[in-house]
Amino acid sequence: MSPPPMSPALQSVVDDAATHPYWQAAAQGKLLIKRCKECSQVHFYPRALCPHCLGDTEWVESRGVGRVYSASTVQQADGNYVIAYVELDEGVTMLTNLIDAGDGVAIGARVRLSMQPAANELAIPMFSLDKGA
Amino acid sequence: MSIHRAAAIAGAFEHPLRKAPDKTTAQLHAECARGALQDAGLSLSDVDGYFCAGDAPGLGALSMADYMGLRLRHIDTTDTGGSAPLVHVAHAAQAIAAGKCNVALITLAGRPRTEIANAMGSPRGSAPATPDAAFELPYRPSTLNMYALAAARHMYEFGTTSEQLAWIKVAASQHAQHNENAMLRKPVTVEEVVNSALIASPLHKLDCCVVSDGGGALIVVRPEIAKSLSRPLISVLGGGETIKGQAAGKVDLTYSGAAISGRLAFEEAKVQPRDIQYASIYDSFTITVLMQLEDLGFCKKGEGGRFVQDGNLISGVGRMPVNTDGGGLCNNHPSNRGGITKIIEAVRQLRGEAHPKVQVPNCSLALAQGTGGLLGSRHGSATLILERAQ
Repeated sequence: MSPPPMSPALQSVVDDAATHPYWQAAAQGKLLIKRCKECSQVHFYPRALCPHCLGDTEWVESRGVGRVYSASTVQQADGNYVIAYVELDEGVTMLTNLIDAGDGVAIGARVRLSMQPAANELAIPMFSLDKGA
Repeated sequence: MSIHRAAAIAGAFEHPLRKAPDKTTAQLHAECARGALQDAGLSLSDVDGYFCAGDAPGLGALSMADYMGLRLRHIDTTDTGGSAPLVHVAHAAQAIAAGKCNVALITLAGRPRTEIANAMGSPRGSAPATPDAAFELPYRPSTLNMYALAAARHMYEFGTTSEQLAWIKVAASQHAQHNENAMLRKPVTVEEVVNSALIASPLHKLDCCVVSDGGGALIVVRPEIAKSLSRPLISVLGGGETIKGQAAGKVDLTYSGAAISGRLAFEEAKVQPRDIQYASIYDSFTITVLMQLEDLGFCKKGEGGRFVQDGNLISGVGRMPVNTDGGGLCNNHPSNRGGITKIIEAVRQLRGEAHPKVQVPNCSLALAQGTGGLLGSRHGSATLILERAQ
């Protein structure tokens, strides 16, 4: 499987205290989300403090499966891409790209995590159609 | 404390230029300020409050206040993107009611058409340390595709069609043909909109607003001052504001912040959506208009597509005249922020100074609505309800 066109934005991926564990896990093929140690609710995008109650949070691994909430195919001279919101089965929705989507991309479709290699040995969590679903 | 009739809009000015390669952004701000003061019949020395947003040159209001020679006792640089000027009017009314200023100047200007920067389809930059950026920029969000996501979901949930969205552009173009300063004056058809280039599905090129240089300014004053001037008295009846985000990951793109800011504004104004005779509805994209019309209560949620079709937004044709200056879709979207032009056209309608071809007869109650930022992730929403005093 060939990686999608490299996003210029990948060159500026923020690797700081808030994001380092996320990118390290992604490089291992894992998608992390955050859960509150106080109220136990999950959230996305990940924060140090819970947006439900401002409690301290911890990283938990997502199963990496979910459903397309919305999607848009973006026409670009250097190749089209699909930007999407995917609602993970854990109940949080993340902005992402759908790959190998073709014409089969549809809101409501089941999708599965497909980690895409990026610059500097990083990896970016994207999604493709879950053919087993 | 309520702002109900606590302040009036005494002056309004929209810069006539749509391309300004020979003027600086600071100069455009000042030209708009001069125009609005002349419109009100006031002078520079009358101004004691100043409002601008984060796109003004310099740090906050510091450089622009100094450039224009303002002597101030109240300053507010709230920035909610394109909706900021609507927030500024409400905040000016609050400041006037609290005795903090008597004559508030609001300016907005910019030159995105000349500077090419921040075009709608280009990746959206973020200030360093913006906490969401790390998790979103790798996926190449742009202004356009973050509105497209809302449009796609609306179509999925409610069966809204591209043809229905196109009617919003058709209405804007019908109005713009009468505005000699509008950037796009040629009327377009539904077919032309849906056959224009698909840029980020389901949105086409003609679903997008213009990129224009220019600006605008407003003068908000104490009612006693407004009564001493020769212009019609345009009172602020109510205002509402909010910020809508991703709700900790429980993303819901079926409604906009207008559902909250609109309810607050109607409560304060003590009127109903059916009372509104003219509405300026922020039109960065066609979908923006449709969702705000639903969220403000002009039609039920999900019925926006049917509400906007068949010319219902065209003055003299439909039941709900919207954006009679041609809006951001055809007239003007200075500094990539259309909020100030929304208020200016509402003031024109209430004064009876809109173009005769689009003037709403005896217009005495109008609404202006702004949505700034990204409909699909984080946006500021602000609603104003304005009245011409009898």
